[in-house]
Amino acid sequence: MSKSTAKNPPIEGTTHQPGSVGLVEPQTAYIDTPLLLDCGRRIEEYDLVYETYGELNERADNAVLICHALSGDHHAAGRHRPEDRKPGWWDTAIGPGKPIDTDRFFVVCVNNLGGCKGSTGPLSENPETGRPFGPDFPILTVRDWVNSQHALMRRLGISRWAAVTGGSLGGMQVMQWAISYPEAVAHAVVIAAAPKLSAQNIAFNEVARQAIITDPDFHDGRYAEQGVIPRRGLMLARMLGHITYLSDDAMRAKFGRELRSGKVQYGFDVEFQVESYLRYQGTSFVDRFDANTYLLMTKALDYFDPAAEADDDLSTALAPATARFLVVSFTSDWRFSPVRSKEIVRALLATGKSVSYAEVEAHQGHDAFLMPIPYYHQVLRGYFDNIARTMTEEGIS
Amino acid sequence: MNRPDWDIVTGWIGAGARVLDLGCGDGALLRHLIAERSVRGVGMEVDDERVARGVGADLNIVQADLDDGIRDWFGVHSFDYVLVSQTIQAIRHPERLLGEMLDIASEGIVTFPNMGYWRNRWQLGVQGMMPTTKALPNPWYNTPNIHLCTLRDFESLCEGLGIEILDRAVVDKNRRSSPLLRALPNWFGEHAIYRIRKRVV
Repeated sequence: MSKSTAKNPPIEGTTHQPGSVGLVEPQTAYIDTPLLLDCGRRIEEYDLVYETYGELNERADNAVLICHALSGDHHAAGRHRPEDRKPGWWDTAIGPGKPIDTDRFFVVCVNNLGGCKGSTGPLSENPETGRPFGPDFPILTVRDWVNSQHALMRRLGISRWAAVTGGSLGGMQVMQWAISYPEAVAHAVVIAAAPKLSAQNIAFNEVARQAIITDPDFHDGRYAEQGVIPRRGLMLARMLGHITYLSDDAMRAKFGRELRSGKVQYGFDVEFQVESYLRYQGTSFVDRFDANTYLLMTKALDYFDPAAEADDDLSTALAPATARFLVVSFTSDWRFSPVRSKEIVRALLATGKSVSYAEVEAHQGHDAFLMPIPYYHQVLRGYFDNIARTMTEEGIS
Repeated sequence: MNRPDWDIVTGWIGAGARVLDLGCGDGALLRHLIAERSVRGVGMEVDDERVARGVGADLNIVQADLDDGIRDWFGVHSFDYVLVSQTIQAIRHPERLLGEMLDIASEGIVTFPNMGYWRNRWQLGVQGMMPTTKALPNPWYNTPNIHLCTLRDFESLCEGLGIEILDRAVVDKNRRSSPLLRALPNWFGEHAIYRIRKRVV
């Protein structure tokens, strides 16, 4: 089999797909309860764009919240139009008969506040100026997001999530949910996450931010008013990000040192397939993501550190949680390696929390959390089957 | 299906105890202990398929390799009992694991196939071949059981490590005890079950 072309990298292992949630339509919740942010500022009112799959049952106890990662959004499963080339970002795991089975669960996924896919964010109009917020949009934290998601939860008539689930930055939101709203989280599924960023993680984020901020088209974040976007900066940020999402092995397997034209050209045009892949990822990202949002998301990652308010003791920070936990890591993930997940598991065990931990053998790096790796999905499925079983028993009793 | 050592292990564990089962497999013993003793259990297992089955059975399973040590995972005295059921013979450093077990729990329960069982002695001593029995079914070249021992070996290791033996039970494969077995446990016991703790100095 030939190596994949960079234009349309295939997702491995997607041959068997049970059901799709089909065509989905985003909805918007307008929330007028002011949100007091960690940075001290307030957002008086805001929109949250979200999608739901499956049906909320009568007892409203089958709701699952999916929290998205850095560049994700509310479109987790299904397609908006039949001709969409790709389904939602976690379509491998969400759908009828899939590990997060929409025949049993009511799945909710929200575009985080500060995002660029419809929820209030830097692209929205600042009511005080009549212009886009741009750089004036307040810096958000993971806790701010969780507070806004909590407002949406109440709006949807849900008082407790059967599970809150997410990978990477999404996993951090899951932890924050379990800490901030213990009574509202029955199960917490934390995938490929970390209890806080390492200096190396922050360093990568900083390079990404500098790429954006030093782009001549950035205009101190007011590029929208100038009718431009900081293409080069955002593209570089995404290219850098992608390197950290893949493992050395995955890159070798996917691209090796394969040349596009078969021989070296002694120039600086795209020659190696990996260059072509990164440029494709970078340029396509520019068309679908906002630079100010990218800056905000990386800051939220940097600031996340629930232990900081508990004498740097993660166990103490997690002590309020009453949820049962499932923690999953991937062997080749060097962005948030298994060691980081182990920190979370250890802290949970130390306070006698109910926790299971699976370390999935995978060569795909951090991106593995989006892949339908059989063992990974077997564990997810088993865990969610248990949740569904508990719901049924509680419903009968 | 109960394994020969289960009844005795269950009898030793107090109701509602905090139990860690090392090398828990698919968690069958944990489930048994939860049903019989309402324990709060955690299992540790390295094999993917078994971890998935344990998680699917609603147990708390931590996927880790016992050969990497367990002290990183748990605080001092975080459990009442740590179990190693039919696993110690497959560990790279059994002596290290025993020490770590008794750091994190007040008592340890260890069960293993007795290499001194007469059938094993017969096969090795008279037939001149590595034993293969129901308890030790694998051929020498393909076996997870790399550290086999007899009752006397185990007891002498405990002595050397400052470990006190609180209880010992020896059974044959039918979980029977007999006068012969009680008189000559290292000859007639197919499975050994020990309850141990750190010797108080």
